[in-house]
Amino acid sequence: MSLLQVENLRTVFDTRQGAVVAVDGVDLSLAAGRTLAVVGESGCGKSALALSLMRLLAHPGRVAGGRVLLEDEDLLALSPAKMRARRGSRVAMVFQEPMTSLNPVHTVGAQIMEAMRAHDRSLSKSDLRDAAISALARVRIPSPERRFDDHPHRLSGGMRQRVMIAMALACQPRLLIADEPTTALDVTVQAQILDLLRDIQAETGMGLLLITHDLGVVAETADEVAVMYAGRVVERASATDLFADPQHPYTIGLLGSIPRMDLETPRLPTIEGSVPPPFAWPPGCRFAPRCAFADAACEVAPPPLAMLAPGHEVACIYAPVDA
Amino acid sequence: MTILEVTDIARHFRVSGGVVRAVDGVSFQLARGETLALVGESGCGKSTTARLALRLIEPSAGSLRFDGVDMTQAGTKAMRAMRRRAQIVFQDPYASLNPRHTIAETLEEPLLVHGIGDAASRRARVEELLSLVGLAPFHAARFPHEFSGGQRQRIGIARALSAGPDVVVCDEPVSALDVSIQAQVVNLLKDLQSRFGLAYLFIAHDLAVVRHMADRVAVMYLGRIVEQADKRSLFANPRHPYTRALLAAIPRPDPAGRGRLSPPPGDPPSPINPPPGCPFHPRCGFAVARCAVDVPPLREIAPGHVAACHLAEALPALPPSMDDRPSPVAMRRIALAAARMAARV
Repeated sequence: MSLLQVENLRTVFDTRQGAVVAVDGVDLSLAAGRTLAVVGESGCGKSALALSLMRLLAHPGRVAGGRVLLEDEDLLALSPAKMRARRGSRVAMVFQEPMTSLNPVHTVGAQIMEAMRAHDRSLSKSDLRDAAISALARVRIPSPERRFDDHPHRLSGGMRQRVMIAMALACQPRLLIADEPTTALDVTVQAQILDLLRDIQAETGMGLLLITHDLGVVAETADEVAVMYAGRVVERASATDLFADPQHPYTIGLLGSIPRMDLETPRLPTIEGSVPPPFAWPPGCRFAPRCAFADAACEVAPPPLAMLAPGHEVACIYAPVDA
Repeated sequence: MTILEVTDIARHFRVSGGVVRAVDGVSFQLARGETLALVGESGCGKSTTARLALRLIEPSAGSLRFDGVDMTQAGTKAMRAMRRRAQIVFQDPYASLNPRHTIAETLEEPLLVHGIGDAASRRARVEELLSLVGLAPFHAARFPHEFSGGQRQRIGIARALSAGPDVVVCDEPVSALDVSIQAQVVNLLKDLQSRFGLAYLFIAHDLAVVRHMADRVAVMYLGRIVEQADKRSLFANPRHPYTRALLAAIPRPDPAGRGRLSPPPGDPPSPINPPPGCPFHPRCGFAVARCAVDVPPLREIAPGHVAACHLAEALPALPPSMDDRPSPVAMRRIALAAARMAARV
């Protein structure tokens, strides 16, 4: 049974020129204890997707359709008060920038206690303090009793991200959504945080939805992968299959354009052009204008995801491109 | 032939609570037409070193020679002559272009400052620059907000090339860009280098990009170079534990290698209060008692390969590296896509 089931999710931004689509009919599913990576470049809609799941999209963005089932409950159908109760206790989120996500004028301890108190008013102050310190210890912050009284500016970027994770996990959510959680961090600290997330997942069995642009991070953490391009999922597969047998021309282009430690080529293969903004999406396959394999047939309508092998879906009429 | 030579350069900043030794005795030489990469994590002093190399900030100590001339004490006129020949491309293509200037104005400004050409030749130069970086003549009249991040970085590169430099400092030029765009800009920088014989001082934290761009690599930690070598020996046979830690922390795009990251514990220490002895010793898996006491000097381990570690020769052989290539199927499809694209153009 899946922990999270997203069905035909559509998110739009209302502008003076009309509704601009950011997420265009996305389906995802994630089982408890597993990691699903949503990968794509700037403007593909992956962050709008994450905020839509949390129902945290700010005006003028809004979810225009679809269902978000978390343990069979449609989050999109909940009242705002009920949704507020789900955030933190059932689904929590970690953002990219740990400095702007923490309040600079409160100690980290006070901020974690605030998150806990919001869900359980019965806890005494000393219970809260103990729980917050053990939350800091769980994310392996050294001497958590001392760190409890620190303000965020006293902590390094990696420590701040650990605090953010401690806050997100304070009420034991079943699902953690992490939007580029290590992008702002140095590689050695990134490796520490990825280790930490993996360990916590093994301890708690929570599901992790990881939003990232980094295929190295995907390979390191994900069980399942959804590749997004211009608001749509273009390929869905297990991480093993995606890297061994990439089928969508966009996925192939992405894998080709990362510089590799063991492969020295005089020139990197590139995907020419850039991701079109939503108001300039072509009518057919949105990748067609940049695609080496596209022809007139690709310009008719966006191809739907089709299952080419068990557990491997691709939205391309010419996939797999082997001829 | 050396064009830029930095010797024992240092920059200390006074802050409340002490002195930050942001750059603490760094030396390197950059030859015409080559790429030297400075790598390291945030706060290691690589960007400050780059700015010192252009004398955009004044050194606290040390010397700087450009094309054989000592620039440390140079006056305005000599500095201006150097600035024409040494340019910089910044990381953030959004913050480094003036939003009120058209692209033509931005590209023309270095020519005006240095009194190069007349109005007609400057206009021609702007067009030439745009085509060099893969943009079109009609882009000249546009403003920065009309461009994507990758296009803005192309404009930043065109501006750096405007006055015909010999040296270009590239300060994280691709780290703000998406991967597909990153590859385009890396290719562009390499093309321009071979075409104009440019020397690059390439600042980056992404070692895979560095591997692709650099001839030689210097690894910085806490304001100092801890290892420097040509690219091949640095990556194949790193002799400083910090270099090894950086290499071991890169997640490779291959799920089969999962779980093999082995980051060093802890964070880089504060540059206000660096640890005694080797600054890396508190995080180092190889440290011995001596490392907490004696500062290891940068010494030659092999010809052209220097490292600042007491145990550089004694480090065990590197475990076999993870194979970092696309799968055979992916390789075949990548090649096919490239061939199709080439045939189409």
